[in-house]
Amino acid sequence: MSDKLVQVEHLQQYFPAGGFGKNKKYVQAVDDVSFFINRGETLGLVGESGCGKTTTGRTLLRLYEPTGGRIIYDDKVIFDKEKKIAENMLPYRKKMQIVFQDPYASLDPRMTVGDIVGEPIDIHHLASSKQERYDMIIEMLRRVGLNSEHANRYPHEFSGGQRQRVGIARALAVHPEFIVCDEPISALDVSIQAQVINMFEDLQESMNLTYLFIAHDLSVVKHISNRIGVMYLGRMVELADSYELTMHSLHPYTKSLISAIPIADPKQARASKRIALEGDVPSPLNPPSGCRFRTRCPYADEQCAKEVPEFKEVAPGHYAACHHLDKCN
Amino acid sequence: MSEYLVDIQHERLSFFTPAGEVKALNDVSIHLNDGEVLGIVGESGSGKSVTAYSLMGLTAYPGKLVGGTIDFNGHRINDLSEKEFRKIRGNEVSIIFQDPMTSLNPVYTIGNQIMEVILLHTDKNKEQARARAKELLELVGINEPEKRLKQYPHELSGGMRQRVMIAIALACEPKLLIADEPTTALDVTIQAQILELMMELKEKLGMAIIMITHDLGVVASMCDRIAVMYAGRIVEYGTTDDIFYNPKHEYTKGLLKSIPRLDAKEHERLVPIEGTPIDLLNPPAGCPFAPRCSNCMKICLREMAPVTTFDDVHYTQCWMNQKEQMEREAAK
Repeated sequence: MSDKLVQVEHLQQYFPAGGFGKNKKYVQAVDDVSFFINRGETLGLVGESGCGKTTTGRTLLRLYEPTGGRIIYDDKVIFDKEKKIAENMLPYRKKMQIVFQDPYASLDPRMTVGDIVGEPIDIHHLASSKQERYDMIIEMLRRVGLNSEHANRYPHEFSGGQRQRVGIARALAVHPEFIVCDEPISALDVSIQAQVINMFEDLQESMNLTYLFIAHDLSVVKHISNRIGVMYLGRMVELADSYELTMHSLHPYTKSLISAIPIADPKQARASKRIALEGDVPSPLNPPSGCRFRTRCPYADEQCAKEVPEFKEVAPGHYAACHHLDKCN
Repeated sequence: MSEYLVDIQHERLSFFTPAGEVKALNDVSIHLNDGEVLGIVGESGSGKSVTAYSLMGLTAYPGKLVGGTIDFNGHRINDLSEKEFRKIRGNEVSIIFQDPMTSLNPVYTIGNQIMEVILLHTDKNKEQARARAKELLELVGINEPEKRLKQYPHELSGGMRQRVMIAIALACEPKLLIADEPTTALDVTIQAQILELMMELKEKLGMAIIMITHDLGVVASMCDRIAVMYAGRIVEYGTTDDIFYNPKHEYTKGLLKSIPRLDAKEHERLVPIEGTPIDLLNPPAGCPFAPRCSNCMKICLREMAPVTTFDDVHYTQCWMNQKEQMEREAAK
């Protein structure tokens, strides 16, 4: 048994976006992304909207069928485009689960909370009797800080934070090993966010879970993750230990991303300098040649336009994709 | 009339819904000088937007001002008619909304929408208004303004649209700009651009800003003063340094402890505020924060604390502070 629970190699996800024949256009949502997640750790994934972090999470679970690359779960190849391997996912759904961003949209309004949490139990035939099913549901609700009287209520009767707890209980119902958390706290109020973050940490410990934690808020991701990957326009630009990444980032995009985060400390905020990025993120329909960040990068030159920078290990456990790492550090 | 640009005294505002009266604002007092930046922070439903909207007469039915006075730039807002409001809105006070995707009209060009404000409030003719619109687009950092004037909102990115919103808001050089979560819908790098632009324009045009947000990071870098709101009340008010380095109210303290910090060296567990915000339809007697407060006393459940002032600016509404103050005075 290896330490790596999930491995992703050269993952690619293109979505067709109109056009015919030769002119067929694709949104290059995820392009050549590779990473692995060790058992019991949390890998954070950050980036701006449209950078492909959610698509990476969903493609990894094969909620979207990848258009290229390889996915290995627990030493078993579950998808390989070249070798044409595509395993039946049903047994894996018991091990890999997801918590969605929007707790208002991801729960069926016509099902009671008990049935929502019970549905995965039914699908995987985990309960042998009605009583056992009920007990399992209550057990899950307890774990996320709800109680048995909540089981008969409908989603609209709950606040945002409680709904997110229901979403988490549903993911936990099958006792998974691995959970993709897709912006699970960005729809919640600040004071509720901390409650849910703490709950994620407690559950990880008690149920021995592995997380892929996707969010756009770097301070939250840094708090919860062991390692962090930074994405830009469908590519991974930097990946490192979370402390290393926030304190000694190498890639110019990561640097500007960190400097753009407003610091909740007036003295530091006044003293800090922003590395301002010009302009907007280019369209993933027609991304820039070579390095995708070059249109906004202060260090970009001709080489950046010609060659795609290799995503390589520059220090132990610290990966980055940039031609001019020495120049910008 | 008041010496301040904005002077809200004991404002009470309720929404009369079929289910009952929702007390959205409960005894809110704010004042603001020319050129100052006030941040209002709070959770959703705490009344931060309603406070600012009432200043522009934008309280939607079934909302009604129940008590208190609002003065702005020599106008008593309480008594203004819809006709008089129209002269003020966009001219003396403007607003930037949260979502630039929905607050621009999709069927008019950018130029059209900026010129509308100018034509309405000044005696400029169409030519002059167009020239002014172009100037404004340059001011907010949009390149090729001539071309942009003819474009429609869907042709621009989120950050660009928010810049257009700012251009519209600033068209008549208002004395007060209300920014209602202006960057919540934007990415951090774009957010940084927009916040920087707002501060730059504030320096240039000398307007006051009311910044409504739930992001403590945003207020830390921008604001002179901060009002922390909870369930329709201002629970703490002070300078930015007061709020961040010397918070007195339990809710403010809780908020500051519950946000993860990027520069934390070791993994520290977050200290969340337990419980959920109260239901404004059936507010408890006493302090609205009492059910979540770790230092809740018996009196907190019975009645709301009076205002405790620490200096000219800094005040809270909390029995803990009141008690400490009384003990201090007794010791003297």
